[in-house]
Amino acid sequence: MAKIVTDVVCPFCGTLCDDLEVKVTDDNKKILEVCNACVIGTEKFLHSQAEDRLKVPQMQDEEGNWKEVSIKDAVEYTAQTLCNAKKPLMYGWSSTNCEAQSVGHEIAELVGAVVDNTATVCHGTTLIAVQDVGVPSCTLGEVKNRADRIVFWGCNPAHAHPRHMSRYSIFPRGFFTGKGHKARKMVVVDPRSTDTAKMADVHLQLEQGRDYELLSALRVALRGAPLPETVAGIPRETIQDVAATLKSGRFVIIFFGMGVTQSLSKNHNIDMAISLTRDLNEYTKAAIMPMRGHYNVTGSGQVLGWQFGFPYCVDLSRGFARYNPGDSTSNDLLRRGEVDAVFVLGSDPGAHFPISSVKKIAHLPSVCVDPHHTPTSAVCKLHMPVAFVGVEEAGCAYRMDNVPIETRKVVEPPEGMVSDEEFLKMVLKRVREIKGVA
Amino acid sequence: MRLSEVMMMETVTLTPKAQPDLYIDAENITPDAFAGKTAEEIAAIHVHEGNQTGLLGTYFEVSGKGGATAAETKIVIKGDVLRVKYIGMRMTAGEILIEGSADMYVGAWMEGGRIHVTGNVDAFSGTGMKDGELEIDGNAGNYLGAAYRGDWRGMQSGTIRVHGNAGSDIGTFMNGGTIVIDGDVDVHVGTHAEGGTIIVKGNGKSKIGGQMVKGDIYVFGTIDVMMPGYVYRENVDLEVDGTKATFAMYEGDMGERHGKRKGQVIYGHIYQKY
Amino acid sequence: MAEYLIKNGFVFDPILGINGDKTDVAIKDGKIVESTALSNPKVIDAAGKTVMAAGVDIHAHVAGPKVNVGRNFRPEDKLFTYEAGNGVKRMAGGFSVPTVFRTGYLYAKMGYGTVMEAAMPPLYARHTHEEMRDTPILDQGAYPVFGNNWFVLEYLKNHELENVEAYISWLLRTTRGYAIKIVNPGGTEAWGWGLNCNSIHDPVPYFDITPAQIMKGLMEANEALRLPHSVHIHTNNLGNPGNYETTLETFKLFEGAKANNDFGRKQVMHHTHVQFHSYGGDSWGNVESKADAIMDYVNSHDNMTIDLGCVTLDETTTMTADGPFEHHLTELNHLKWANTDVELETAAGVVPYIYGKNIKVCGIQWAIGLELALMAKDPMRVFITTDHPNAGPFFRYPRVMKWLMSKKAREAEMDSLKWAEKVRDATFLSGIDRELTLYEIAAMSRAGTAQALGLSSMYGSLKPGLQADVAVYDYNPETAEDPELIEKAFGNAAYLFKGGEVVVKDGDVVSNGNKKTLWVDVKVNDNPQVRRDVTEKFLRYYTVTEANYEVNEKVFMKNPYRIEVDATQ
Repeated sequence: MAKIVTDVVCPFCGTLCDDLEVKVTDDNKKILEVCNACVIGTEKFLHSQAEDRLKVPQMQDEEGNWKEVSIKDAVEYTAQTLCNAKKPLMYGWSSTNCEAQSVGHEIAELVGAVVDNTATVCHGTTLIAVQDVGVPSCTLGEVKNRADRIVFWGCNPAHAHPRHMSRYSIFPRGFFTGKGHKARKMVVVDPRSTDTAKMADVHLQLEQGRDYELLSALRVALRGAPLPETVAGIPRETIQDVAATLKSGRFVIIFFGMGVTQSLSKNHNIDMAISLTRDLNEYTKAAIMPMRGHYNVTGSGQVLGWQFGFPYCVDLSRGFARYNPGDSTSNDLLRRGEVDAVFVLGSDPGAHFPISSVKKIAHLPSVCVDPHHTPTSAVCKLHMPVAFVGVEEAGCAYRMDNVPIETRKVVEPPEGMVSDEEFLKMVLKRVREIKGVA
Repeated sequence: MRLSEVMMMETVTLTPKAQPDLYIDAENITPDAFAGKTAEEIAAIHVHEGNQTGLLGTYFEVSGKGGATAAETKIVIKGDVLRVKYIGMRMTAGEILIEGSADMYVGAWMEGGRIHVTGNVDAFSGTGMKDGELEIDGNAGNYLGAAYRGDWRGMQSGTIRVHGNAGSDIGTFMNGGTIVIDGDVDVHVGTHAEGGTIIVKGNGKSKIGGQMVKGDIYVFGTIDVMMPGYVYRENVDLEVDGTKATFAMYEGDMGERHGKRKGQVIYGHIYQKY
Repeated sequence: MAEYLIKNGFVFDPILGINGDKTDVAIKDGKIVESTALSNPKVIDAAGKTVMAAGVDIHAHVAGPKVNVGRNFRPEDKLFTYEAGNGVKRMAGGFSVPTVFRTGYLYAKMGYGTVMEAAMPPLYARHTHEEMRDTPILDQGAYPVFGNNWFVLEYLKNHELENVEAYISWLLRTTRGYAIKIVNPGGTEAWGWGLNCNSIHDPVPYFDITPAQIMKGLMEANEALRLPHSVHIHTNNLGNPGNYETTLETFKLFEGAKANNDFGRKQVMHHTHVQFHSYGGDSWGNVESKADAIMDYVNSHDNMTIDLGCVTLDETTTMTADGPFEHHLTELNHLKWANTDVELETAAGVVPYIYGKNIKVCGIQWAIGLELALMAKDPMRVFITTDHPNAGPFFRYPRVMKWLMSKKAREAEMDSLKWAEKVRDATFLSGIDRELTLYEIAAMSRAGTAQALGLSSMYGSLKPGLQADVAVYDYNPETAEDPELIEKAFGNAAYLFKGGEVVVKDGDVVSNGNKKTLWVDVKVNDNPQVRRDVTEKFLRYYTVTEANYEVNEKVFMKNPYRIEVDATQ
């Protein structure tokens, strides 16, 4: 026998689709089928069902031999490592719930750690730009109900956010957009000819590393000022046409991704894109939104925000919170040898950080909390396996438009398996004992 | 009687003796913190290595003493301090001489006085500088004389002079003062500037003067790609930091808002030397 | 729980009519009791000190999505403001938009126990609740915004008042909200297209209904539902020269209406941050105070209450669901601008702002905020706020109190303005000799606000049976002469008791208390039409499912406190 769990939230990407239906066995132990999700989301649910999944914590000795340890030992090693460090890095937080993040922050505050999330290699530059010029934005429903000019700049939702275009941006028929995609103009800006670009009304195939100039040129065109013959390889007339197309829209939305956040000019690209959006609001309605990656990287920024006032790379080592990307960001800390222990939860820096940073992690006391074997767990001294948040554990997550949605528990985790939050609470308790605080 | 006649300059010498395991925050290495203190008292001033609080005397031999006021205090650091951050942070007067290279945030938010570094400095030196002088004989890292994150009030006044090269993002949100780079600079110069002067005697790359509202940037060497929002106006003969030459004058950033004075729109300027 | 007897203090309690008499206050089991009920109390010697009920803030932006935008996009607001954790305290920082911890600590230090979050976008209710959950000490509730909500606009357009009521009941329960907030009615929906409603008679694009109809309709629904608080209004045309006429027109919509509730609330309408709505003139060049016209009206109509929105002459961060206003502001000051439009519901904008002493208009704004209070005949209907952080940070309340209580202090401030004489010419402040008494301050900061919120059975007085939220200030009204003592004493409570527990002692936070989160559960007759409409809107226009919209109080709330109302017939 089986039953269907409805309104399930997908713990994969920042699109945070919440209309999934998951068929599970009556005893709540096994997932049989996942409906409505994209292939990546489906895989995320089914992956938790793998028979060979790691269930017991493991520690690696200096020769690289792994041995199983108890959860108590794992808690002890983690607490001691964090308490003994002068400046531990607590990284990740993007694939877990806000409740776990909160407990992690309390630990970080007690041990004087740096807390950083995956924005550091992703949309951190967006956050810098927002700090410099703000951000006119909206929820995804506004796009669905009102937008008639859709720009994808340096992103490829067809592959990275597979349901984005059908749920929110291109195809849906909303309140004021009853004609769906027929009444929308789609502009894609990308040096590559992606599957998203192939769908566009206009594809600006610009020279790599010249987004800043092209965005600037659109602003110049909006003001009717003269332009050079070509900018970023795009002819002046094309730029002026696109500016006119945006200006003539009733509601313009610019989505952007890592093609602009992590290429030359980084935060300045986003700064200029936001400034363009700001300018467009003098003529019509315009909004801009980052295509956030991990399903709860946005939530990490929010919880850090209300607790410490900064959205990522928050250095608590001095007993007060400091923030400065370039200094307190994970890769800068690792590269420069500024940290002496590493704790990772809810991300895989082993796969995403430069190899030089990963080598540094390998040489430090280190903990990886992750349901999977990952490149990170392979280099850490302790690998603590946990339940899957959003599959075996509920909790709050924030969508790319900052809308919070409570993820659901669909099935029970394997027996004896703890969640991120439960593990962190055990570590917090032990840290308090070691530090002698109530 | 002139003020300088009653000033009694005293010198404190810091000689590095131990390297920290990580890095130390030494925002207390300022004439303001050292003024009126003996060598023993200065050695007992706090520095911070991560979450640990230590003493300046652990890392430096301290000799001499502070003057009566910050203005009467000179600090000499004998040798490289590559793992020391925030030297001269928020200093209001007096002098610091670093005979070697230092790490990040040298002279950050400084309000007066003078810092001279004979070697290199890392990023964020002169962040949010309000006034004073910062001179670097070697190279400077990124974000030299830039605003702190989110602040629209960058460098206000004073002078930064780098005899070597500088990194990217110099003079971001600059409002006043002067930055002179004898060598080359990386991308993004004077972004969002609303005043001030930046002189690059070597080569620039690209993204120069992006989103600039007001202010002047002089480039003696090459510019890889001019921002599309700059319009060539005319050639002008100028003397810039002792160099007389003809410059091509551009106005911009045309994509940005600009104020008016006496009915005339005030633009930012890029001057490129012929 | 410990028993306390606060002895020999000068007590100020407008509800009990105690005006500075030396009276003892007894606390037992978290409540205020008759002193005869105590058996072995701990005695607090309050001789030479002032004793009041804890403060109740009716309007501040302290939790939720736009507040957090303000935090995260202003790292510079944290520079050099941070305090390390200590004892029960977490590390805490931020000036104009403090972290949740600093918010709780600073309110407690001022002797405040209850703070209402003034605008909660329903779709972001979970976020607002998460922040309130993490804010220590304070009892809190949040007002969901209704004035631009599509359900409300459509039902009101069709004159379906019962449906509006059923929808309000559903939304308050679903979002765990406290009251009906209205911000720039219709104008924020128009902002979805980059437009605005500049008067209360401007029709809302497409929905074809006016702001006046929205405000009046929601007031009628509020009274039919017999809610604890009245509608809480920020009308159209905020912040513009000449807008006092819009404000008076708004007030007049409610003429003759009577409050209908069992909570002791007397007003049918609360208008917030009236300072921003009291401008004469027709440009920033000739803007002037119309506090006199506004207060003439307020004084002669006892079915309404207002709060001030005092400008404190600080660098701050403005944030409001009045999306078009924030766009207007960024065009004026060119500082960074964040905006979020929220599907089917509302919007919000955030822009930093510096109220400079060398700017004439800022001086005029500062004067108007104070004038409103100084012209008030009934301090139980005019409340101290700074519309935190819009006109200034909440922790300036002690400074505002100083200005209100001392002509000398406000004249000194006036003299420090660059354009003092021009400000004097455009305002009434220097001609006002009145100095508010502590009795009046108590009305404006706790007794009156508790009553207007329908919470006078819990807060705002030292009447036996109320929650034992008591503030003791080191201020001797018989001997104090230096006005600076007011600011110092009211910013550093000698004691704050919260629910009978000491949370502040000698100006320092010693406990995180046991906060409650207040919400209103109003029962109405089953309304299948509204149920169907809700389901359809979620299927077709929202981007979250109906099932994922509700606030799960187990996860998102700390000590939820449900206030039940029966509005079934």
